[in-house]
Amino acid sequence: MSLIIDHIDHSFDTLQALRQVNFEVQEGELFGLIGPDGAGKSTLFRVMASLLVPDAGRCLMNGNDAVKDYREVRKIIGYMPGRFSLYMDLSVEENLAFYARVFGTSVDENYDLIRDVYEQIAPFKKRLAGKLSGGMKQKLALSCALIHRPEILLLDEPTTGVDAVSRREFWEMLKKIQKEGITIVVSTPYMDEADMCDRVALIHKGTLLDISDPSLPSGSDSSVLYSLRSSKGVYTYLERIRSLEGCKYAWLFGDQLHVTLRSDRDADPVKSIIDGWGDPSLEWKKIIPSIEDRFMGLIEQEEGGQHSNGATI
Amino acid sequence: MDGHEHIIEVKDMVKKFGSFVANDHLTFYVERGEIFGFLGANGAGKTTAMRILCGLSYPTSGEIRVVGHNVYHERERIKKKIGYMSQKFSLYEDLTVSENIHLYAGIYGLGRKKIMAREEQLLERLGLAHIRNRLIGSIPLGWKQKLAFSVAIFHHPAIVFLDEPTGGVDPITRRQFWEMIHDATEEGITVFVTTHYMDEAEYCDRVSIMVDGRIDALDTPAALKQQYESENMNEVFLKLARA
Repeated sequence: MSLIIDHIDHSFDTLQALRQVNFEVQEGELFGLIGPDGAGKSTLFRVMASLLVPDAGRCLMNGNDAVKDYREVRKIIGYMPGRFSLYMDLSVEENLAFYARVFGTSVDENYDLIRDVYEQIAPFKKRLAGKLSGGMKQKLALSCALIHRPEILLLDEPTTGVDAVSRREFWEMLKKIQKEGITIVVSTPYMDEADMCDRVALIHKGTLLDISDPSLPSGSDSSVLYSLRSSKGVYTYLERIRSLEGCKYAWLFGDQLHVTLRSDRDADPVKSIIDGWGDPSLEWKKIIPSIEDRFMGLIEQEEGGQHSNGATI
Repeated sequence: MDGHEHIIEVKDMVKKFGSFVANDHLTFYVERGEIFGFLGANGAGKTTAMRILCGLSYPTSGEIRVVGHNVYHERERIKKKIGYMSQKFSLYEDLTVSENIHLYAGIYGLGRKKIMAREEQLLERLGLAHIRNRLIGSIPLGWKQKLAFSVAIFHHPAIVFLDEPTGGVDPITRRQFWEMIHDATEEGITVFVTTHYMDEAEYCDRVSIMVDGRIDALDTPAALKQQYESENMNEVFLKLARA
C-alpha cells in the first residue's frame, strides 16, 4: 500500500472536520476524493502532507508516519494546495528553480517528468507568476509539485473554477504522470471528474461515505432509479413527481429528472400515473446510478431526508 | 420584436483593452423571464461582457440596452433594476443574516417597513428565521448561497446576474439552488447565469457559448445538442471550445 489512512479524527474547536476517516491507496493508483466545500478534503490533505497533526489516527505515506517521520514524508510527496502555492513576485522559471533547489535537485534532472506540462507555459517563462492566467498558474504549480519526482502526488482541488476544456486537459496530464509510477491523490468538487479516477471516495461533513470504482456499475440502488425526459422540459414535472406516494426523492439531472422510488413495487403504479399525464414525449426508464446519483442518495440517507423537506440547519 | 420583450439587447458589442479584443462584435438578446446561460472557457470574455451589462464598465463600441436603458449614459438606472450574485463575493461574513438583508435592501432604496415585511417572508420561506442573528461567517456554505441569491432578488429586480453561483456546494444543494432560480423566473425575474457545471447548462432556456471573445453558438440546449451531434452539453462545449 502506498497510503494508509487509519481512522483519522480531527476537530477545529467545536467543528469536527474529520471523523474516523479510513482508507488505503495502492501504489500507482489515481485516487479521487470527491466532496463539497467544507467536507474535510483540505484537512485530510494537510494531514497527509504532514502539515497537521490529527487528534487521533495514523497516516502512513509509503510506510512513513506523517507525524513521526515527517522529514521523510516531505521528501517523497509533491503537494499542490488548493490555495496558491507559487511566489507571485518570482517569474515562472524562478518559481520552478526555487522548488527544485528546496528539494535538493535541479530542473534538468527531472525535466522529462514535467516536459509535457511545462512546455505549455515555457513561452512565458520570464513572466511573473502573479501575471499568469488561472490555467497557466495551475500548470506551473503542477510542475513545481513534480520537479523533485515525488513518489506520491497530492493535489487539492487543482481544477476548481477551471473551465471544462482545461479541466479535461489537466486530467489527461494526470493520466500521463500516473504512467510514470507516481501515486496520485486528487480532490475535486466536480462529480464528472470521478470517471477519470481508478477509485473515488465520497466525503461529506468529515465522513467518508463510500469508496468505489467508477468503471463498475453500482449494485445498491439500481433497481429503483428512473429517469424522466420530456420535450416540454422536465422542471414542470418535478413537484408532480415528488408528490407521488412511491417517490422517495426526485432531482433535476441535466435535461432529465432522476427519480428514486421507495421500492420495486412502486414501479408499475408510478408508470401508470405518468402515462395518464397525457404528454406523449414523456420518456420514463430505469437507469443505472452514476457516481453523482450515489452521492446524492448517500447524502439524503445521512441527512435523514432533511434536504427534501427543506429547511433545517 | 417577435411578441417577446427583450430585456437585454446587444448589437455589435466590442470591448478592447489596448490591442486585445476581449469582446469581438457580440450580438444577442435576452428575453424577459428566461434563464439565459452564458458559457465559455476561462478568458473567453464572459466577465468583461457581464461587467458591461451590469453598468460597471463601458464598451468600446456597440449598441447595448439593459432593461431598456443605454449602457453609456444610464448606468445608474440599470444598476437599480438588476441584482447580482457571485460565489466569490456576496454577503458580508462579519454581519448577521438580518443585517445583510437590511444592508442590501437599504442600498437598493427599499423603505424600512417594506424591508421588515419581506425579511419575515424570506426567512420563513428559507426556514432561516431561527438563525437571523447569526453571523454569515458561521452558517454553512449551502445556506449562504441560497440566502445570497434571495438577497440579490430581494428588491425584485427585472434581471439577476449570477456569476458561477454554485461553485463548491454539494450536488443536492446545487439542485435546490436551481429550483430557486426556476421559482424566481416564475415571479417574472430574468436570469443571466454563468457556470462551469455543464449539466447546469441543460437547466437554461437558451445558452450562449463564447470562444475567444466571440459568441460561437447560441440556442436552446436541445437544439445545440442536435446541431453538434452530442449527447450532452459537456460534449457540445468541448467540441466548440477545442475547435
